[in-house]
Amino acid sequence: MLTRNSADVIVVGAGVVGAACAYYAARSGLRVAVLDRGSVAGGTTGAGEGNLLVSDKEPGPELELSKVSAELWRKLSEELPPDIEYEPKGGLVVASDEAGMAALRDFASGQRRAGVTAQEVPADRLRELEPHLAAGLAGGFHYPQDAQVMPALAAAHLLRAGGDRVRLRLGEEVTGLLTGASGEIRGVRTAVGELHAPYVVNAAGTWGGEIARLAHVALPVRPRRGFVLVTEPLPRVVRRKVYAADYVADVASGSAALQTSAVVEGTPAGPVLIGASRERVGYDRTLSPEALRRLAAQATALFPVLAGIRAMRTYIGFRPYLPDHLPAIGPDPRVPGLLHACGHEGAGIGLAPATGLAIARSLTGGEPPLDIAPFRPERFSPAA
Amino acid sequence: MARTPAELVGAQPGPPFRITFDGRPVTALPGQSVAAALWGAGILAWRTTRVGGRPRGAFCGIGQCYDCLATINGEPNRRACLVPARPGDAITTQEGHGRAALGV
Amino acid sequence: MPLSASEPYDLAVIGAGSAGLAGAVAGSELGLSVALLDTSAQTGGQFYRAPAPTLGAVRPEALHHDWSAYTDLRRRLARSDVRHLPGHHVWSVTKGDEEGVGGGAGDGLWAVHAVTGADGSGERPVRVRARAVLLATGAYERQLPFPGWMLPGVVGAGGAQAMLKSGLVLPGRHVVVAGSGPLLLAVASSLAAAGARVPAVVEASGYLRYARYPRALATNPHKAAEALIHGAALLRHRVRVRVRSAVTEVHGTDRVEAVTVTRLDRDWRPVRGTGRRIACDALAVGHGLVPQIELATALGCATRPLSDGTRALALDGLQETSVRGLWAAGETGGVGGAQLARLEGELAAVTVAARVLGRPAHGGRVRELRRRRDRMRAFADAMAAVHAPGRGWPRWLTDDTDVCRCEEVTAGRIREAIEDLGARDARSVKLLTRAGMGWCQGRMCGSAVACLATRGHTAEPPAERRPFATPVPLSALAALDGPAAPLATEPGGPADEPGGRTTTASGPDASPGDG
Repeated sequence: MLTRNSADVIVVGAGVVGAACAYYAARSGLRVAVLDRGSVAGGTTGAGEGNLLVSDKEPGPELELSKVSAELWRKLSEELPPDIEYEPKGGLVVASDEAGMAALRDFASGQRRAGVTAQEVPADRLRELEPHLAAGLAGGFHYPQDAQVMPALAAAHLLRAGGDRVRLRLGEEVTGLLTGASGEIRGVRTAVGELHAPYVVNAAGTWGGEIARLAHVALPVRPRRGFVLVTEPLPRVVRRKVYAADYVADVASGSAALQTSAVVEGTPAGPVLIGASRERVGYDRTLSPEALRRLAAQATALFPVLAGIRAMRTYIGFRPYLPDHLPAIGPDPRVPGLLHACGHEGAGIGLAPATGLAIARSLTGGEPPLDIAPFRPERFSPAA
Repeated sequence: MARTPAELVGAQPGPPFRITFDGRPVTALPGQSVAAALWGAGILAWRTTRVGGRPRGAFCGIGQCYDCLATINGEPNRRACLVPARPGDAITTQEGHGRAALGV
Repeated sequence: MPLSASEPYDLAVIGAGSAGLAGAVAGSELGLSVALLDTSAQTGGQFYRAPAPTLGAVRPEALHHDWSAYTDLRRRLARSDVRHLPGHHVWSVTKGDEEGVGGGAGDGLWAVHAVTGADGSGERPVRVRARAVLLATGAYERQLPFPGWMLPGVVGAGGAQAMLKSGLVLPGRHVVVAGSGPLLLAVASSLAAAGARVPAVVEASGYLRYARYPRALATNPHKAAEALIHGAALLRHRVRVRVRSAVTEVHGTDRVEAVTVTRLDRDWRPVRGTGRRIACDALAVGHGLVPQIELATALGCATRPLSDGTRALALDGLQETSVRGLWAAGETGGVGGAQLARLEGELAAVTVAARVLGRPAHGGRVRELRRRRDRMRAFADAMAAVHAPGRGWPRWLTDDTDVCRCEEVTAGRIREAIEDLGARDARSVKLLTRAGMGWCQGRMCGSAVACLATRGHTAEPPAERRPFATPVPLSALAALDGPAAPLATEPGGPADEPGGRTTTASGPDASPGDG
C-alpha cells in the first residue's frame, strides 16, 4: 500500500513523459509517487509546442515509437478532458523549389514503406489546404497523422487521470538514490526526507543525466536550446502544422550551430506558435536576436499575412538530447530497479505515451508495445 | 475652483476636430490620444473581449495593459491610450482579436 | 546608416522620466555621448506626464508636485548633446557579441532593441549600441482583482492620473479612489482639483502605520510636506478618506453605477456586514507600484524582494546591477519617487562616466549623492512595508471573478490549477490556465496570480522572465539584420518639445536594414 513514505514506483519528473509513465503505471495497478523539484510541466514540457509528429521522422526506431504514440494519443484524447486541446489536424511540409520537392518525395517514400500516410500536394493545391500560404512554393506533403496537444495541460490531466494511485510531490528535489546491499534501488532521498520504492523511473528530461549520476551511471543527456515566438491571439489563420522542408534536416543534425526552420501552427487559444531554432549553448537563457530574426523572417516568408502581426513573447526551452538523437527508455541493467524515460529531444510530447506504456509494461513484466532495444539506456556506456 | 481639467491648467488648445466612433461624431482636441478623446465624449468602452464579449476601454492609461485596444481606421489592436487622435480618424468597436477577416 | 557619429554611444538611457533624464543630462555634462530612448513623445515619464504642446496648457504645474525640478532637467537636456529618441519602445537589451548583430564577437557593446512608429503593424526596428546602459524604466501600477473590476469605468488610479495629466480628461464625474499606497491621495487631489467629485478615498491599510517609522519620516521632510499638501487639498474638496476598507464589489451592467466599500480586518479580510454602497460613475484603483525590470531580468540581473511583495533590481552602492555595464536608477531599484530617482540617475551617470572615460569620479559628489540616496531609500522601504497587501485579500474574490483581464481567467480556474493540476507558482498557473499569457503578459494580473499560487507562503515569486518588454511586429523582428544600426534619422525633424536633438519616427520609406 501507499504510505506517506512508500510507493510501488517513484517517477522523478512531472513533465509529460513522467506523467505518461505515472498514468500507465497507475492503470496497471501500481501505486506511483511523482516527484518534481518544480511544478507540473515546469521544464521542457512547459516550453513545448505540443507536437505529435510522424512527418519529421525518418524510418527507424523513433518513427516506430511515434506511430505507437500517435495511436495512444488518439485513445487518450477520448479518455482525458477536452482541456488537453488534442487536435488531429495533420501536418503540411512545403518545399520552396523543385530540388526541395524531390528531397521531400524521396523522404516520404521511405516513410510510406514504414506505414506513414504521406500525400503529395502539388503547388496549385497548397492553398486549398492553407489559404494564407505564400505564392510560389514548389509543393508539399500532407501528413494526416500529425496532431497537436497543449503540453502542460496534457501532462496535468494525465497525472490527474491516474487517480488515487498517483501521488504528486512537487517542489521536492531528489538529492540521492537509496540502494540496497547489492546496489538495487530502494527509493530516493529528497530535501524533505526518504521515500521508499523498489523502482525509480528517471523522467527528469534535460536533467536526466544528473539523476543517472546520482545512481553512479552515465547518461549523456544534454540541452539543445530552442526559441518559440508567440503571436497575438488570432482567428484560425494556419490550419495545420506547417513547416519548411529543411526542418527535417535540422532535427536530424548533430551540429552545435544555430539552425532555424520555420514551424508555424495555430492554437485553439488563438496565438500562432513559430518554432523552431536549435542550438547547443548549454542552459544559456539570454535572448538571441539572430534566432528570433530568422524565425520571424522564415515564418513571414511562408505566411506573408503574419508580417503585420505582433509577437507578444518568446520563450526558451531546452530539449534533452542524447548523442544518437534517440531517447533512453527502459531498465538500466547497471542499477537494478532504475529505469530511464528521458532524452526525447524535441519530440517528448509526441513520444510520451508509448514511452510511458513501455515503462509500465516493463515494471509489471508485460510485453512492451514495441521493441525498445534501440533505446537501451546503457548504450553509451563503454562497457555495454 | 477649476471645474474642468482644461481650466485647471489654463489650456488654450488648437482648434478641435472630428473623429468618429462607430460612425458617431466625436470631438477631439489636438494633442489628445484617441482614448482621451473618447473619454472626453463620455465613451469608456470600445472593445469587446475575445471570450466573454465584455466591453472594455482604457485601464492603465500608459500603454501597459492593452485593455484599450481599438480598431483605428481599420487596423485592429492599436493602443488607444498611446495613439494620437488625427482629424477624420474612424474608431470602430473592436470585437475580440479584431482580425476575424483573416480566419480560414 | 549609423545613428550618428557618436554611434556606438557611451551610454544608452532607457526611460526619460526623472531618473533617466537626470542620468542622461548628467552623463552628457560629464562628457559622455548619450542616447535617451523613451516610449512617449515627451520627456517626464509618468510623474511629470504633461499635456501635448498642442493642448496649450499655460499652467501644467497645476497637476504636478515639484514641477520646477522637471523644467530644470528639461532645460539642461535642451542644452545638451543628448540624442533624444522619443516614441521608441524598447523590447530587449542584449549583449552585442553575436555574429552580425552586435558588431563583432566579443566587442562587449550593448544592443538596445526598440520599435518605433505607429503602434501596431507600422512599427519598425531600431537598434542603438552603447558601452553602458542605464535602465530607468520606472514602474507600473499593481492591481489586485475584485468582483466587477472589469467593468468600464473602473480604471487604474495611475491610469486616471495619466489620462488627466496628458489628455485633460476624467473617467467620470463622481470618481471613487481605492486601493492602497501613497499614490491614492495624490490621484484623489488631482481629480478633485480638475473638477471631479471624489465621494471617497478607500485605503486598505491605515496611515497610522507610518508612525511606526518616525525616523524615516523625520529625515524625509519633503515627503511629509507632500502628504500634507494632498491632505489639505482633500480637505478643501471635502473628500472623505476611509482607511482599512476596500471596494469589494462594483455595480452596473455596462459601466460603473456604484461600488460597495467594506471594512477590512488586519489581514485585509472583508468584515461581514460592513458593506456600504457608494454611488459613483467611475472607480480609480491601484495597489502601489511594481518596478518595471523585465529588460534587466531577461539578462539575468539579480533582484531583491521588497516588503510590499514586489521585486526590484539588486543594485550596488553606485547603482550598477549584478550584470557589469548595466546600471539602473529610480523605481527599477524600488519605488521611491521622483526626487530619489533624480539622485540615482545622477549617481549612475557619474559612475558610468568614471568607468567609460577611465577617470575617477569626484569623491565628494559621490559621497553626498550616496548619503542622500540612502536616506530616501530607507523611507521608500518603510512606505513599502506599510502598504504591503494583507494575506486575506483573496477573500474578496468570488470563483467567477476574472483575475487575468486579457485571457479572462477566473479565480476559480486558478484555484483549480493549484489544487487539482499541480500548479505551484505563477509560471505553472500561467501554463495551465493562460492567466498572464495575453497581451499585457501578466503585468496586470501577475502580482495577484503569484500571490494566489504561493497561497500566502513565504516563498517569494522569482522575478518573471519576460523576454519581450513590449510586443514586436514579426515584420520588425524579421528586419533585425545588418551590422549597422538600422535607424532612420531625421535631423531637424519636428520636435514635440525642446530636448536635445530629437529623432522622430520617420516615414515609410525609412526601410530598416539599409545601413
